[in-house]
Amino acid sequence: MASPMTPGHQPTIAAENGRAARPVAVPSGAPLAVRGLTVSYGEKPAVFSVDATFPAESMSAIIGPNGAGKSTLLKASLGVIPLLSGDVYVFGQAIEKARERIAYVPQRASVDWDFPTTVMDVVQMGLYRRVGLLGRLSGRMTARARDCLDRVGMADFAHRQIGQLSGGQQQRVFLARALAQDADLYLLDEPFAGVDAATERAIIDVLKTLKAEGKAVVAVHHDLSTVRDYFDHVFLINVRRIAEGPVATAFTTGNLQATYGGRLAATHLDELSPTGGA
Amino acid sequence: MQTFLDALFLQAGYNAALVSIGAALLGFAAGSAGTFLFLRKRALVSDAVAHATLPGVGIAFIVMVWLGGDGRSLLGLLAGSALTAWIGLLLIEWITRRTRLAEDAAIGAVLGVFFGLGVVLLTVVQSMSAGRQAGLETFLLGSTAGMLFEDAVVIAVGGSLTVLATWLLRRPMTLVAFDSEYAAAMGYDVRRIDLLMMGLVMAVTVIGLKLVGLILIVAMLIIPAVTARFWTDRSHRVIWIAGAAGGASGYLGAVISASAPSMPTGPIIVLVAAAIFVVSLFFAPGRGVLAAVMRHRRFQARVHRRQGLLALAAQHPIREAYTVRLLAREGLVRPDGVPTDAGRAQAAKVARDERRWDVAREVHQDAGLTGRYDGLTPIEEVFTRDEIDEFDRRLGPPMGLGDV
Repeated sequence: MASPMTPGHQPTIAAENGRAARPVAVPSGAPLAVRGLTVSYGEKPAVFSVDATFPAESMSAIIGPNGAGKSTLLKASLGVIPLLSGDVYVFGQAIEKARERIAYVPQRASVDWDFPTTVMDVVQMGLYRRVGLLGRLSGRMTARARDCLDRVGMADFAHRQIGQLSGGQQQRVFLARALAQDADLYLLDEPFAGVDAATERAIIDVLKTLKAEGKAVVAVHHDLSTVRDYFDHVFLINVRRIAEGPVATAFTTGNLQATYGGRLAATHLDELSPTGGA
Repeated sequence: MQTFLDALFLQAGYNAALVSIGAALLGFAAGSAGTFLFLRKRALVSDAVAHATLPGVGIAFIVMVWLGGDGRSLLGLLAGSALTAWIGLLLIEWITRRTRLAEDAAIGAVLGVFFGLGVVLLTVVQSMSAGRQAGLETFLLGSTAGMLFEDAVVIAVGGSLTVLATWLLRRPMTLVAFDSEYAAAMGYDVRRIDLLMMGLVMAVTVIGLKLVGLILIVAMLIIPAVTARFWTDRSHRVIWIAGAAGGASGYLGAVISASAPSMPTGPIIVLVAAAIFVVSLFFAPGRGVLAAVMRHRRFQARVHRRQGLLALAAQHPIREAYTVRLLAREGLVRPDGVPTDAGRAQAAKVARDERRWDVAREVHQDAGLTGRYDGLTPIEEVFTRDEIDEFDRRLGPPMGLGDV
């Protein structure tokens, strides 16, 4: 059963009536913007009529409780799972036109780690689009892949079969593969889930470097205690959009309460957002 | 024996030579095309596809007789079988995508229904007065009797095209098999690539129908790929190794069946493929059983070595003679068990790594890593330099041997 809609917030209906009627303006240059995005598994919406805009040259976190549609929002933005309605704009364009500007780091659990492939092979997968069907991986591309491995501290592991890595190392390899794509927008699905502290630091260093290079980073994140240290921008979601904005103004006790409901103790919230208390 | 050698060197007559070459080509094509079927974990889909060829054979025969032919045109029969196989494949895909049924249920349903329909149609064909229906049932288990040059050409051309297509599509197919979400995010059409992969499998099935038959073709698609997995950790090499294993089983199987009276070719080929698989299972380096046993023996020796060194570090005497022998052979202790300078240095290193591992277990609480701790693998092989520096930071400065 669908929950009642918030009054005055009905872009899905606009979508059915015709795209031109949509009331929400689309920012032309934002690395990633979604309008009226709705995804459902069966009859139950996982993400309902969400508008979101992720800014350039910053690190954004998608935050929300389990089952709130965080990963779904990310995958739907990428076109990995079909949309029920809504639009996705990548740097102001339809996603098909901006594919090569996006790199994706999926959840570690989504692949078979006994697959016959080495660390180097996985990183080179990030170059497949550029190489094409008939092309050969040139020496320059191999050097580039090696360089990406080096940036995540995995250069010595290039010839390992991927199943022989620890969870943190596997995550680093996935990040290196995304780096190889040389994209402008990086989407990461829980990059810090189940990794060790050294890997978490290595990953955050790489992401901060990307930001300094002018790229945009959007990550599904679930450790509320690190949000302030790692991110500039937050998007709070629980099936619907709850709030979004710079960490200083949007990551507040009130918004977290609205996102998590009774699932977070008030004392915990105070700890997390000393400036909060809306 | 002489017949076997004659057959092996293609001296056992025109038909036997044709069959051997055809079987080798088919085996190569099946092995390489089957690689991604195996890596994508969809082996059983190909079994359903193979069974779904049968009604097509019957339908094609009936249509060709209606049109005034004798119903035995090979290309006509293959086109019919490809058509119903494709319908079966799309049906499985549709059921899995559109209903709540899992793929195994869809496979079971399609396999049974299409095979049943095929048997009924062949029965109808048998009762027809027109056409030359004798021999259609050999599509079930394959037959080499009366194999024509035309049949070998179909296998050679079809097989080469399949291998070429597999090679061209290796990157997208690898990506989809390994990480389909990532492939979709990069803009690959996963559904289309899956259909292409199954299309290649179907092509091999159809060209192999006459020689191996629809019941056993799945074995030729899967066994070589599984065999090849024992020999390499890289998917692109699996394609060629599987092709070679498939080609060798096709050739040897055909030779064996030609050198003994009335041996069925298809089943013999499958048995040869299975024999190569068993040999790989036991003797492949790395993933083979024998290699695993030897690794275990070496492991045992390293356990003794390490326990001995830890005893030295703690300045305990080593009691076990095997341990003393191991360490003495390396010059780490004298035959009476007293450590040499090299032994002392090694002992200090082992003791420090042991404490690094203790830290590592606290820091990394994931199973992949805990599983890799054996106390023996040099810590540098498991962790990156920055990770080890982090352990050392937590441990404090190195201590002398006496402090351990």
